[in-house]
Amino acid sequence: MATLAHEVDHQHGPARGILRWVFTTNHKDIGSLYLWLALIMFLTGGSLAMLIRAELFQPGLQLVEPIVFNRLTTMHGLIMVFGAVMPAWTGFANWMIPMMIGAPDMALPRMNNWSFWLLPFAFSLLMSTWFLDGGAPAFGWTFYAPLSTTFAPSTTDVFIFAVHLMGFSSIMGAINVIATVLNMRAPGMTLMKMPLFCWTWLVTAFLLIAAMPVLAGTVTMMLTDRHFGTSFFSAAGGGDPVLFQHVFWFFGHPEVYIMILPAFGVVSEIIPTFARKQIFGYASMVYAISAIAFLSFIVWAHHMFATGMPVAGELYFMYATMLIAVPTGVKVFNWVTTLWRGSISFETPMLFALAFVFLFTIGGFSGLMLAIGPADMQYTDTYFVVAHFHYVLVPGAVFALMAGAYYWIPKWTGHMYNERLGKLHFWLSAISVNVLFFPMHFVGLQGMPRRIPDYALQFADFNRISSIGGFVFGLSQLLFVYIMIATVRGGVKATDRVWEGSHGLEWTLPSPAPYHSFTTAPEIP
Amino acid sequence: MGQQHQAVLRSGLGMLLAGLFAQPVRAEYGMNLVRGATDYSHRVFDLHMISLWVCIAIGVVVFGAMFYSLFAFRKSRGAVASNFHENTTVEVLWTIVPFIILIAMAIPATKTLIALEDTTDSGLTIKITGYQWRWQYDYLEQGVSFFSNLAATSRDATKGDPTSVEHYLLEVDEPLVVPINTKIRFVITSNDVIHSWWVPALGWKQDAVPGFINDSWTNIPQPGVYRGQCAELCGKDHGFMPIVVEAKTREDYETWLTAKKAEAEAAKSGADREWGKDELVERGKTVYGTYCVACHQANGQGIPPAFPALAGGVIATGPVEGHIDRVLHGKPGTAMQAFGLQLNDVDLAAVITYERNAFGNDKGDFVQPKQIKAAR
Repeated sequence: MATLAHEVDHQHGPARGILRWVFTTNHKDIGSLYLWLALIMFLTGGSLAMLIRAELFQPGLQLVEPIVFNRLTTMHGLIMVFGAVMPAWTGFANWMIPMMIGAPDMALPRMNNWSFWLLPFAFSLLMSTWFLDGGAPAFGWTFYAPLSTTFAPSTTDVFIFAVHLMGFSSIMGAINVIATVLNMRAPGMTLMKMPLFCWTWLVTAFLLIAAMPVLAGTVTMMLTDRHFGTSFFSAAGGGDPVLFQHVFWFFGHPEVYIMILPAFGVVSEIIPTFARKQIFGYASMVYAISAIAFLSFIVWAHHMFATGMPVAGELYFMYATMLIAVPTGVKVFNWVTTLWRGSISFETPMLFALAFVFLFTIGGFSGLMLAIGPADMQYTDTYFVVAHFHYVLVPGAVFALMAGAYYWIPKWTGHMYNERLGKLHFWLSAISVNVLFFPMHFVGLQGMPRRIPDYALQFADFNRISSIGGFVFGLSQLLFVYIMIATVRGGVKATDRVWEGSHGLEWTLPSPAPYHSFTTAPEIP
Repeated sequence: MGQQHQAVLRSGLGMLLAGLFAQPVRAEYGMNLVRGATDYSHRVFDLHMISLWVCIAIGVVVFGAMFYSLFAFRKSRGAVASNFHENTTVEVLWTIVPFIILIAMAIPATKTLIALEDTTDSGLTIKITGYQWRWQYDYLEQGVSFFSNLAATSRDATKGDPTSVEHYLLEVDEPLVVPINTKIRFVITSNDVIHSWWVPALGWKQDAVPGFINDSWTNIPQPGVYRGQCAELCGKDHGFMPIVVEAKTREDYETWLTAKKAEAEAAKSGADREWGKDELVERGKTVYGTYCVACHQANGQGIPPAFPALAGGVIATGPVEGHIDRVLHGKPGTAMQAFGLQLNDVDLAAVITYERNAFGNDKGDFVQPKQIKAAR
């Protein structure tokens, strides 16, 4: 396709100086801000994980007191979920959605700026709790009452405020995505011609708007229980601690699909490019995404099988949860069938995308096992669950993020990344991530609970193996940081098309994409 | 690949192997779900194995197709991409077949879930209460009640050599003793935050929710010792409140029960007599080592500000009434619990006496169990 050279002529570039970044309303700038924040948070959350794995390297308490360990696990979860994965996907949405639909920017650029700038404040607040009286939150990223209400220190109120800020940011970001996708597609781009990455973000945005307010409600009920005399979660006042779990997981389950749906979208862009073959079953992929999103709202209590639910409730939630395997399976089959009789090459984005399909599916299998109610009464709150969600989140969501970063960074920066280093990063990560998380299935099945700083001797050998995998994995991500920074600063000049098999409007733009792109709507073939 | 890259990988591999084989910890490990000791746990194990095999079978098919494609359809091998991107028949099939597999898995799962629900016709009821950070067991109809704490041998080894302790972190001072071949109904609750009572060998866990009662049941056919842990984050010592169930023959259980009732009687009578200071201090030291040391530390220095020092502390060296009140009723809004609910009069008198005469405190006074009883 021809370069749209005339696009570049009559435009001003970005503002000068540091205030450019404070006041920008440009989707590319805001996308970059989100991505840098997410990278910093990923390294922060990862450092906490390194401390966790160092303590768990051998039986006994060597490094930290138990209360500090609980703070490490809590903050690791909060930072990775709210600080790394969610902002990273929002960064991708900002950079890519306008370019993929032929729009000049997001629908609401000023709100976009505020959506981003809330986050550094929110995370500064959250991190400040380490230094305040009472310490960082220590009740798990799931912060069940009454441990997080009656029995929690004053810093919990700081945590609640930070969560409100993050939620506000996510809701506004989601509104922006929906308004953009529904209103600003180039003429001729019907919804069923839209790239799958845009579809996954459209659906994710609806999930965010439905779920984040419930989280806000939950933390507000915590706040009023703590300070304003309510008893939502206290039996003494007529409430119920298990109510907390219901409202939390009503948010929490859609939340995990919020983290994974854009990953499905990225992988659905990358595999067709490097298999040189159109995605198999585009329409089914759209229906599967919608089915997964719908089901995600009606399965929340599968996190609560051991809470004493009536059997009818347990049966219903078991059946509904098992059902999610059907549309998810359809997606995996469609990716594999896209590969079948393709013409496949193995550049770094493709390596990460393929590892995603393989390893996310393994996480999906443990998820299916967890759905079986009676069996879950043995698995829940053990390392089997920790293994499951780390498989779907690390070689799942995080690998998809890295795949997307390698895939699109030539478009963002105009430079190719170093392919040999990229492949080295891939192999180090892919092998060590399995050394880190696979043994967790075993210790969980054998009886090791979650969230413990010390463990019985029969769990020692596998914990040692996990820790070694963790250290290698953590160090390997420093290589990723180096590669990304080096690519921003320079590298072999990228063509517009970048990848031989790529299709989509973003590849019709120059590399790097101009500060303002598609100021005139493109023709859709 | 480059020399540098090779060197990095080699040293990484070396580290991995060294870490793997250095200092092996000599304890048996397994990889699969615990099959357990009861009919119910065996059913759960069978469900687990069914779902595991289904996943493995599907994985073999799907990953087989995937890896075959990655091998056979490589561009470097000269593969030319085909054009197809839909096939309604295949797509309908691979939607319906998984659906049928799920139904087949759901049927035995449903039956097993319903079986666990039925706690009627039990021969014994035991109330389990979770505390921060120990379990309390109440044999409701037998009038026996006691706390079950992490054994001192384990607690002392956490910063020492765990490998020297048998059943490290899985040993308690007072196990839950039950008879075999009896359907035992458990009613489970909590005194403070949510805990979860889990013995893998019995096949289930149930949350201990404050203000609510969950129930479950078991029937153990063989004598044996079964170990478990708390399975819901409940604060700093969540990892240090294990469970030990000892299943005994009916005769041995009855013997134990009789002895336990006698102990309870002795404790009550102990509360009526006058105690000497030295015997109070000696007993108090043991009580301190079980109930107080986690927060206030062995040397009484505490971990301020959350856990105040007792050495030279305002309350421990202040008026006796204030000290008794603090230990009996706790301090609301803090981690200091109302130990009057957990300890009997003798133990309370002993631990307060110990605190007033240890860590360099030398109040010289001592507290009688009768004073505790009066202060309740």
